[in-house]
Amino acid sequence: MLTILLFLCTQDQIEYMNYLEAIGKYFIMIWEVFKKPTKWPIMRSLILKEIDELIYGSMGIIIFISFFIGGVVTIQTALNLTSPFLPKSLIGFATRQSVILEFAPTFTSIIMAGKVGSYITSSIGTMRVTEQIDALEVMGVNSLNYLVFPKIIAMLMYPFAVAIAMFVGIWGGWTAAIFGGFAPSGEFIKGLQMDFDSFHVTYAFIKTFFFAFIIATLPSFHGFYMTGGALEVGKASTTAFVWTSVVIIILNYILTQLLLG
Amino acid sequence: MIIVENLHKSFGDTHVLKGINTTFEQGKTNLIIGQSGSGKTVFLKCLLGLFEPEEGQICYNGQYYSELSIKERRNLRQEMGMVFQGSALFDSMTVEGNVMFPLDMFTKQSRSEMQDRVDFVLKRVNLIDAHKKYPSEISGGMKKRVAIARAIVMNPKYLFCDEPNSGLDPKTAILIDNLIQEITQEYDITTVVNTHDMNSVMEIGEKIIFLKDGFKEWEGTNKEIFKTDNKAVTDFVYSSELFKKVRQMYIEERN
Repeated sequence: MLTILLFLCTQDQIEYMNYLEAIGKYFIMIWEVFKKPTKWPIMRSLILKEIDELIYGSMGIIIFISFFIGGVVTIQTALNLTSPFLPKSLIGFATRQSVILEFAPTFTSIIMAGKVGSYITSSIGTMRVTEQIDALEVMGVNSLNYLVFPKIIAMLMYPFAVAIAMFVGIWGGWTAAIFGGFAPSGEFIKGLQMDFDSFHVTYAFIKTFFFAFIIATLPSFHGFYMTGGALEVGKASTTAFVWTSVVIIILNYILTQLLLG
Repeated sequence: MIIVENLHKSFGDTHVLKGINTTFEQGKTNLIIGQSGSGKTVFLKCLLGLFEPEEGQICYNGQYYSELSIKERRNLRQEMGMVFQGSALFDSMTVEGNVMFPLDMFTKQSRSEMQDRVDFVLKRVNLIDAHKKYPSEISGGMKKRVAIARAIVMNPKYLFCDEPNSGLDPKTAILIDNLIQEITQEYDITTVVNTHDMNSVMEIGEKIIFLKDGFKEWEGTNKEIFKTDNKAVTDFVYSSELFKKVRQMYIEERN
C-alpha cells in the first residue's frame, strides 16, 4: 500500500513527507531524551562539563561580538539622526532597544547555532560513525538521555550569557558614542533610561529559553541520526546550522507576535 | 547458550537474513564467517538486540528475547559484552575511564572496588601501564584489548566481537584471537565472533557458521572445515593459494 502511495506521489510530495517524518522523529527523540535517566552522579558531571563546553567556552565570542555590534548600532543610529531637533539621547534609546530586543537574544543565538550547534552535531555524529553510540546502546544506556539531556540542562544557563551580551552590547554602544563623538555620556545614559519597559527584558529572556532548547536539541538530532562517514559528519554540521538558524528566525517571529504583537 | 530459530531480517525490499537456525554454545568460541554483504553484521546486531527481526526467535539461556519486557531486555543487555570492529572506545575518557564506565553506570560498587576490578581486567588483557592514556594515544592492538576489557568487566554471559582483529598485524591478531578464546573458556561464556580472517577460523573456530546471501550455508568446527565438500565454503575459505596448499597437505596426510 505504502509502495503504491509513494509511486503515486510526485517528487515534491515525497520530499514533503520526508520533512514531516523528520519532524515526527525529532519529537520522538525529545520524548526519548527524558526517559530512563542516567545515574545522577554521572549526569551531574556531564552537565558541568557541558556548561563549561557550551556556555563558558562561548563567552569570549559572545562578549567580542556583542561589544562591536553594540558599537555599530550606535554609530549607524547616530549617523541617521541628522536633524538638530532630535535629542542625542535617542542614540542611547535606540541602542538599548535594538540590543535588548534583538541583537543580544537573536543575533547571539545565530552565532551560538554556528559555534555550539556545529560542535554538538560533529561530536555526536562522530560518536555515531565510530560506533560509540552503539556501544552505549549495547550496554543498556539510554544514549539520548546520556548525550542530549546534559546539553539541554547546560543550555538553560544560556540566558545568563545573553544577559552579559546585553550589558556588553550597551557598553559597546556607549564606548562608540563617547569615543566617536556622537553623543555625550550623560545624553546617552539618559536615552538608556528613557521609557524603559522591564517586560522587554522578560520578552528577551523568554525568547532565549526557546532558542537555547533549539540550539541544544536540533544539532543533536542531526548528529544522532546521521549515517555515513567523516564527510557526512561535516555535511550534518552544516545542515544542522542551517536548520537551527531557520527555526530560530521563525520562532523569533512567532514569539514576537505572541508576546509583543 | 543462544538458540536462533528461523531468523528473518529485511531492510525495505532487501531481505538480508533468510530463516537462520543455529545454536551458539556456552564456553565455546562460535564464529560467523561469510563474504561481505552476506548478512554477518546484521545477524550480530540482531543477536545484540540492536535490530528487531521480522520473524523468528532468539533464545538466551531459555529466555526468548521477543517475550521479554523492556526492563528485562535492558537487564539482559547488561549481561552482554561487545567488542566493536573499530573498538568504539569513548574518546573523552582514559583507558581506565572506558573500562570503569559500565561499572560506574550499573553497579553500586565503591570507587576502590571498581578500581580493583578495572586493574584486574586490564591486567587480564595484558595492559598494565596504559590506565591514564586516552584512546588516541594507544595502538590499534591496545585499543582492542581495552575494548575486550570493557566488554568483560561486568562478567558477561555473552561476548560478541565484530571482526576483532581487522586492521591488526598477524601476530597481534593471533594474540587477540587467543585472548578471546582464553576468556571464553575461563569465564564459561557464550562468545560469538564475526570474522573474515581465516587464521581465526583455523585457530579458534570451535564452532563455525558460514553465511551466504542471508542463508546459513554450512556449520561445523575448524577440524570439519578441512573435510567439507561444500563448494561455497571451500571457495570462500580456500580462496588463497596458501590455504589451498594447506588443505591439499591435510587431505594427502589423511589418505
